[in-house]
Amino acid sequence: MDDFTLAVPAQSASDVKPSGSRAASVVRLLDRFAVPLLAILLLIILPAFAGTFRLGLLGKYLSFAFCAVGLVLAWGYGGILSLGQGIFFGLGSYILAMFMKLESTSADPAAAVFVSEGPPVPDFMTWNSVDVLPWWWVPFAHLWFTIPMLLILPTALAFGLGYANFRKRVGGVYFSIVTLALAAMASIIIVGQQGYTGGINGITNLTTFAGFDIQSDTAVYTMYYVTALLLLASILAGRFILRSRLGKVLIAVRDREDRIRFSGYDPAMFKGFIFAIAALFSAIGGAMFTLQVGFASPSVSGIVPSIEMVIYAAVGGRLSLVGAVYGTLVVGLAKSLLSEQFANIWMYFMGALFIICTMVFPKGLAGILDKYRGR
Amino acid sequence: MSTTILEINNLSVSFDGFKAIDDLNFYVDKNELRVVIGPNGAGKTTLLDMICGKTKPTYGTIEFNGLNLERMLEFQITRAGVGRKFQNPLVYEDLTVSENLEISYPKKRDIVGCLFFKRNQIVRDEIARIADLIFLKDEMSRKSAHLSHGQKQWLEIGMLLMQDPQLLLLDEPVAGMSARERELTGDLLRKIAEGRSMVVIEHDMEFVRSVAHKVTVLHQGKILAEGSMDRVQNDPRVIEVYLGH
Repeated sequence: MDDFTLAVPAQSASDVKPSGSRAASVVRLLDRFAVPLLAILLLIILPAFAGTFRLGLLGKYLSFAFCAVGLVLAWGYGGILSLGQGIFFGLGSYILAMFMKLESTSADPAAAVFVSEGPPVPDFMTWNSVDVLPWWWVPFAHLWFTIPMLLILPTALAFGLGYANFRKRVGGVYFSIVTLALAAMASIIIVGQQGYTGGINGITNLTTFAGFDIQSDTAVYTMYYVTALLLLASILAGRFILRSRLGKVLIAVRDREDRIRFSGYDPAMFKGFIFAIAALFSAIGGAMFTLQVGFASPSVSGIVPSIEMVIYAAVGGRLSLVGAVYGTLVVGLAKSLLSEQFANIWMYFMGALFIICTMVFPKGLAGILDKYRGR
Repeated sequence: MSTTILEINNLSVSFDGFKAIDDLNFYVDKNELRVVIGPNGAGKTTLLDMICGKTKPTYGTIEFNGLNLERMLEFQITRAGVGRKFQNPLVYEDLTVSENLEISYPKKRDIVGCLFFKRNQIVRDEIARIADLIFLKDEMSRKSAHLSHGQKQWLEIGMLLMQDPQLLLLDEPVAGMSARERELTGDLLRKIAEGRSMVVIEHDMEFVRSVAHKVTVLHQGKILAEGSMDRVQNDPRVIEVYLGH
């Protein structure tokens, strides 16, 4: 079957408008209470039924959901298909890991042995003959510096990168390629600069955060709730943006970038802004990831995770902020199950899922209900 | 005080050696409705493209209210008070009629302004007034993708009215319209011409005669004739260009 025939069912389904039916009113309720329903699922149902181990796993998936929510904004509404959200996830993850590594190093009496003066040097640095803590690592010993940096650095980087490209009218698939190249660069730099970044192993053995033990059972619950609450806050922030006039301008920029200039808007500014917001969300997700798993790694900062994030958003529905979370959970769980059952070929399932999803359900899980919405 | 709102001097642009506009001088007065006619490839659309910033001139100056437009970006030119309507109706199809009008409201077009924009009574009244003017007040919550071709043209004119430009550039506003729609559009244009200057490209001679104050005939990037419709229509060079080949 060729792609044309595959695309037809979704198309014709959206033309049917049985509004007023029972199903339609259920969908209307679901739409109206989408965020409270998600909150009930994340904050009450999942913690009640999942054990500590599973909840830890879910918390990890939720940290990736930040990227998917960001992609709904940047890709679904801004038309910017970023294949490099892993860069910002990685930045958030590594910045927090630097703080936690310095904390655990200063608590470790063995680390002091290798240093005659100055602050103690993390173990992976000594293994790579870096004997003095690099100057740019030093301020990350302080939480008051780390937290703002974690939020500002990825956001500013994304805005700078985005605006420079968008101003030169590099957009669409060309910008996707730029982000893809940057994601490749990010992992090459991390792996190559082993003495400063921990290389392929990443930054590991992070056990405490500001004196708080992250490995206990209580910590799993606490961090799960913090992640879920931050995710819900991100969704609400995203919804605020989309419902404002800015959300409408974004749609206009996405569909008619050449026209919006003649309505007096600077599209580069708007695209840069929404790309920066997506990066901010990704960085928060990255930080929550590191906090929960106790490490930062190039395996979540490069091309493959970046593309997986796009799959999460596509499966959930790239026009649905809430859908992005369901997409992440569904794909995340499928990934865990499939990788256990089919260790060698599960990646093919992921690829097939993405292809089927874009062809048959271009609006993802959220779009399946579209025929009841009269759209 | 000068009454000229737009002053174009020695304007030239070439695309791969082809001179689309060739050393053109063009002046528009305040409150004037100027129609530009000319055969295909005369450079009419290119002229409008350069005024609104879509195309940058190779040489020459475009002065609007003392601003040098040739050095400004499209959105800056728009904010300075130049409105442009393209040949094909370009509206934001995924937005409703009222949303299309709302984002054309000429205030708070920066990020923060947009984020905290309130659709207050002034904005609502303005949207309602324009929607009424463009015959779309019953279509407010319809997605503009579902409008007819003529309705899209009106919506785009409405969006420009919302912007309230001092200079309005229209490229074939009645193209593809039915006779009835043409008539309504003619009335509409006369109504909105009050208090602003307009440059209109049009082929429909009957329509031109009914709206124009002054007509400029372009040919091969140069001005062939300029003046009242009667004078221009009886100019032997114009007749030559239109009928000669």
